Amino acid sequence: MISYIIRRLIMLIPVLIGMSIITFSVVHAIPGDPARTIVGDKATPAQIQEIRENLGLDKPAYIQYFTYVKDILQGDLGTSLITKQEISKEIKPFLAATTELAVVAMLIAVFFGVNLGILSAWKQNSWFDYTAMLIALIGVSMPIFWLGLMEQWFFAQELDLLPSNGRLDPRMEFDAITNFYSIDAIIQGNWYAFQDVLLHLILPAVALGTIPMAIIARMTRSSMLEVMRSDYIRTARAKGLGEFWVIYKHTLKNAFIPVLTVVGLQLGLLLGGAVLTETIFSWPGVGRYIFDAINARNYPVIQSGILILATIFVLINLIVDLLYAWVDPRIQYGKGE
Amino acid sequence: MNKRGLILSLSVTLLATSFLVACGGKDPNAGSGKSKTLIYGRGADSVGLDPSQQTDGESLKVTKQVLDTLVDYKDDSTEVVPGLAEKWEKSKDGLTWTFHLKQGVKFHDGTPFNAEAVVFNFERWMDKKNPYHKGDYPYYGYMFGGFKGDPGHVMKAVTAVDANTVKFELAKPQGPFLNNLAMSSFGIGSPEAIKKDPEGVKFNQSPVGTGPFKFVEWKKNDSITLAKNPDYYEKGLPKMDKVIFKSIPDNAARFTALKSGDIDMMDGLNPDDAKLVEADKKLQLKLRPGMNVGYLALNTTKKPFDKPEVRQAINLATNKKGIIESFFAGYAKPAINPMPDVVWGFNKETQDYEYNLEKAKSLLEKAGYPNGFDVEFYAMTEPRPYMPNGKKVAEFMQEDLKKIGINAKIVTYDWQTYKDRVGKGEHQMALYGWTGDNGDPDNFLYVLLDKDNTRTPDAGNVAFYKNDALHDTLIKAQQSTDQKARTDLYQKAQEIIKKDAPWVPLVHATVPEAARAEITGWIPHPTGSDKLLNVSIGK
Repeated sequence: MISYIIRRLIMLIPVLIGMSIITFSVVHAIPGDPARTIVGDKATPAQIQEIRENLGLDKPAYIQYFTYVKDILQGDLGTSLITKQEISKEIKPFLAATTELAVVAMLIAVFFGVNLGILSAWKQNSWFDYTAMLIALIGVSMPIFWLGLMEQWFFAQELDLLPSNGRLDPRMEFDAITNFYSIDAIIQGNWYAFQDVLLHLILPAVALGTIPMAIIARMTRSSMLEVMRSDYIRTARAKGLGEFWVIYKHTLKNAFIPVLTVVGLQLGLLLGGAVLTETIFSWPGVGRYIFDAINARNYPVIQSGILILATIFVLINLIVDLLYAWVDPRIQYGKGE
Repeated sequence: MNKRGLILSLSVTLLATSFLVACGGKDPNAGSGKSKTLIYGRGADSVGLDPSQQTDGESLKVTKQVLDTLVDYKDDSTEVVPGLAEKWEKSKDGLTWTFHLKQGVKFHDGTPFNAEAVVFNFERWMDKKNPYHKGDYPYYGYMFGGFKGDPGHVMKAVTAVDANTVKFELAKPQGPFLNNLAMSSFGIGSPEAIKKDPEGVKFNQSPVGTGPFKFVEWKKNDSITLAKNPDYYEKGLPKMDKVIFKSIPDNAARFTALKSGDIDMMDGLNPDDAKLVEADKKLQLKLRPGMNVGYLALNTTKKPFDKPEVRQAINLATNKKGIIESFFAGYAKPAINPMPDVVWGFNKETQDYEYNLEKAKSLLEKAGYPNGFDVEFYAMTEPRPYMPNGKKVAEFMQEDLKKIGINAKIVTYDWQTYKDRVGKGEHQMALYGWTGDNGDPDNFLYVLLDKDNTRTPDAGNVAFYKNDALHDTLIKAQQSTDQKARTDLYQKAQEIIKKDAPWVPLVHATVPEAARAEITGWIPHPTGSDKLLNVSIGK
């Protein structure tokens, strides 16, 4: 098991090298110039040239790349060209904000997705099945920005029930310690803030969780249907076990592996691809941080940001693979070596 | 834990969450009236808060509240009024300016504001060898002709005559000098705070000035909180205890937040939503006079726009009223001159080209293009303050051009690439625009149309229009400090430009913004940075 983990972690290295080369080339291939963003639209060519030199942008691309790799190896993710802040420091609150949102979105997606899928499989071809799968189909095809705006309109503006944007009422005094606001509120024993944080999470998490929920529901259903036809399920029924236990205990256990794969992949996607949700709900997350960096041609932020996201993505997949063994003891890693 | 345990724990978490949510009501203090807190919603976060290092409006909008300048703009125009300097005089030759400072003013850290502090700030900006010169200071270089030692640098020396008097000696007279000093970028910071930050990083995150509000906290991409400066030199001001600048990137979402009372005022209103604001009793519409111009630059170095008749023909074929009605929801003024009438020196006599396709066609014939021509029409896709929807405007104009035989193919790029190509002069015709910096005519006419600014790859004059008579006029006006003489010169310059028609000046966008009905004292300023010290909720 341990050797398997180490092997997987070593495999991370070529992935990251490849990733960094691709990101670097793409970033430098897009036209435009960070120096221009720094001094504004109105700088003189001499000013721009000077900044280019200060940033080392006048050097050949391969030298810039090796400088970048050298810094990364020394644990230095670089400095944002625009804000002049260390990226490793600057990105933390954004990563925390995105992770908090993605995890809650995923909890919603898994809870509703798995149960919808199970019930649909259980009552296959019933009206419930059809309705649930229709909802799932709509969910997969729903544009997030539209769903987000509709949520805001209905729940914030018309019903005035939930806050429309942000992580917390800005009037509230609140110290961000870990930058996971829900955890921070608990640490500080500030239940009022805790409630407010949860309220702020609902709309964006539902918007973000809708597509994964729909995918999970469909995956669970088909996986369940397959397992339900196997012999051991018939045996379980034959020995007189209640249908609920047959479904939730025996079937789900074996049907869960493909679902777990989808959950892992979707969580990885949510962490990096939440730009739209973050924009509509003014969620100060990492997606928008990198998106803004792309617009500003803020090379170090794009490069290091994508590198971090890629690492997280790979790690989540590793964790999912390890979970397989936990869900299904027949799967064992590192045997026979 | 088996899989059922997993499912079970997930369900419990979710149920607990929904239960908590159901129990939680709204914050009783969150209602906009009670806490004397003002929330200003805007599209993007600030880049940094040391104004001398920044050029973006979102940064300067905040620093305007924290750092005061020597002289200031009037509440609703770019006319210069006293700021930290009570009064000033200049020598006859315009080379020496003496400023008399307000007395008894303190920085937020308690240190005194005086002539030494002013000198310290200017030394820091202008001298690359100064130990606290830790940045690019783009606006300083741009407004004052570079830095110490550069051939064009106008600032010869800044000295403290006594504790409350500062003398500026200039290398050559600079017409827009006072207007430059009024810019938010030249806000005076506390020397003590700057000295405590030798790397020049901290001051940019938490500035210390003499302004009506003190910096409190910055949550990146989320909010910036300022609190009332109790020692502010104007008694009884500011009226609010707290101002929070909240970033809400999506225009529609920001408008929803305003309607539901999550924020008190907002900029970046979609023109179409302006009508909704007018109809809503709980809201009020504010119109920010536009110190901007959106125009179509005709590249005079490329065929067929080397011929003035062709350029005039394009002017005649442009329906500005139609553009304003269709894409600005009426919130814009048709542009006659290259600069808007909120800038002094605007020539009221200039006659605009009428919208007349017949006349345009006959001019084209005269220029030798009876059958028209094919042309590439650059249009920006990203909304700009002076052009919310460049591509649609281009498509609108394309129709009229077709009628006079011109076959325009619309070309688009992302904004950075677009600026890059236009700055290099790769276009034949391009939609472009400008937002003024200091409210001086020089900042429009010289920057956008003088032959000095046709240098690639970063041309400001993207029509690449070169006219020696205009150049002489603009340089004379630049070096004069006599307001009357300068006004006359700029009037003349606008006539020359009108006749040569290097552009089709299109619009000066008025920017619609909105606030809750109970907000008073908010006057949107043409520079985009408003003083919020008079703003209050109710009364």
